[in-house]
Amino acid sequence: MAETALPREATTHPGRPLPRRWRAELSAVAVIAHRDFVKLLRDRLRLFSELAFPLVLVLLLGPALQSGFGAPGGLDLTTFVFSGVLAQTVWQSSVLGLISLIADREEDFSQEIFVSPVSRYAIVAGKIIGESLVALPTGLGIVVVGLLIGVPLSPLVLVVLVPVSLAVAIYGGAFGLLILSNISSQRTANQIFPFVLLPQFFLAGVFNPIHDLPLPLAILSALSPLRYAVELTRNVFYGLQPGVAAPDMTPAPVNAAVMAVVFVAFLAAGTVLFVRAERNR
Amino acid sequence: MSASVVPDPRPHGTTLDNPPAILVESLVKRYRRADRNAVDGISFEVGAGEFFALLGPNGAGKTTTLSILTTTLAPTDGRALIDGLDVVADAAAVRQRVGIIFQRPSLDKNLTGEENVRFHAILYGLYPYAPGYRLMAPGYRRQVEDWSELLGLGRDIFRPVRTYSGGMLRKLEIVRSLVHRPRVLFLDEPTTGLDAPSRRALWTYLRDVRATHETTIVLTSHYLEEAEQADRICVIDAGRIVATGSPAELTAALANEYLVVDADDRARLRAELAERGLDPSGDGPFRIDVSTADTHRVLRSIETPLVLVRTHAPSLEDAYLEIVSRAELGDEALVRASVADPTETPGEDDVDG
Repeated sequence: MAETALPREATTHPGRPLPRRWRAELSAVAVIAHRDFVKLLRDRLRLFSELAFPLVLVLLLGPALQSGFGAPGGLDLTTFVFSGVLAQTVWQSSVLGLISLIADREEDFSQEIFVSPVSRYAIVAGKIIGESLVALPTGLGIVVVGLLIGVPLSPLVLVVLVPVSLAVAIYGGAFGLLILSNISSQRTANQIFPFVLLPQFFLAGVFNPIHDLPLPLAILSALSPLRYAVELTRNVFYGLQPGVAAPDMTPAPVNAAVMAVVFVAFLAAGTVLFVRAERNR
Repeated sequence: MSASVVPDPRPHGTTLDNPPAILVESLVKRYRRADRNAVDGISFEVGAGEFFALLGPNGAGKTTTLSILTTTLAPTDGRALIDGLDVVADAAAVRQRVGIIFQRPSLDKNLTGEENVRFHAILYGLYPYAPGYRLMAPGYRRQVEDWSELLGLGRDIFRPVRTYSGGMLRKLEIVRSLVHRPRVLFLDEPTTGLDAPSRRALWTYLRDVRATHETTIVLTSHYLEEAEQADRICVIDAGRIVATGSPAELTAALANEYLVVDADDRARLRAELAERGLDPSGDGPFRIDVSTADTHRVLRSIETPLVLVRTHAPSLEDAYLEIVSRAELGDEALVRASVADPTETPGEDDVDG
């Protein structure tokens, strides 16, 4: 082998001016997100398996509750469960996507990302955006099934659900980052699921009403980050869908404001802890 | 530059104008909740363009050292410089200068060969991001043609890498790791899992890379035949350096040449060898420690009729096993003394000054 092809134009220098450095960081964020999305599209089995659990809930739990309890206050339980599961699935998909970094960093391309000159902040940003984009097709799958089983979804609701679901996913990404920065192994990651994610199914009101809870549970419910994502999704669902009986809901601006504040707090704390924990093993 | 812990840690040709590619001083790493140091005060230098091997048994601290040098792990104490840049304070600049081939495959199986390389090039800031191959800079696309030719892949570079052979995957990883022209290329047990022809092809390729681009290569391995090609070997065990030198130096210093002789009349032979101060060991055949240069003289001097004469020329493997077994006996002073720079006094070499 006589030729060892290397770039003809090696353009990177450590002392380059700031804007250039910023462009490189933005490119890195884009490529990390791009990679996550492309990987999902090529891995159809994963796409399918991520849909399996929420579809069981939407197709079996909603109608089962409906036939058992009827329609309390005129509320359609299939629709209620559907809207909760949609938010919960999108949120959880990006939470778990971020946590997967813990296993990934010793495998495949993630090793490469960690030794590249990209800042840790760019890695976090790219990963949150990427995992949020990955969560959307899963949400789309659930919506398609919802339409098939007759959940009322007006075109306006469908359009507004896109940015809202993206916000829910990004919000989940920040929560996942905070969890990630506090655990050190995949084993711990598997163990926290029953404590950190499962209780939120109920505290956030994915399938159950939460506006009439006894005080201790009401406090826990208010502390559940998932609650605000579920409620905001229902704000869109019931607020923009005429002629459907709505459950009790916190107003949309309150949910959106809580999500924004919590997002910033989780992102800041998670990033700082992650960057520190990363090197001080 | 301060004196180092290890005898003769300095590569040839290092001057003040020409800083070493790697400088490690009293490096310590203790993992959280560990009861001993994974890396325990090691110091060494690697010159620009040198091929340096870190050799040692599993758990010796090789990968930990590599992780610190590639900035993914913070040292507990001591410091390390790559190209004069501190791995802690100037981590980003160091990352730009190093390439690494990981122990475990680091290609995305679902992505194509081209995508794996493209993402690397973008992460290293060589080209701006574009959503697809056709939208990438023309310079990049020309480059991909060169790589695909070099790898003998043709259009297959646009196929998912899970369709590639093990040897091809490794080669693609190396091509990718060189895309940003690192000054130092780290290889962490790179040929694990490769068959003999792939392993040989890989080394031919690396030799070529080194000759063309003067890339410094740092290898960790427990395969001795790989380390044998290195300019210098550093043997590390339980987090400490137990020997440093060229393969020939280590072999000469640590593994003794000896002669095995036997006679029908063993008692007479033993008595004669003892009388000549040759200190025979065993009940026969007898092993006598004697250098190749002295073999002829010693054999001529023996009067007892011999029925067996066998010379033993030591290999690097003998030297390595000797080093590790001595180190495990806690006899580091002995190991160090035997390869020590004559100007340094064994026993004082733990003091950095």
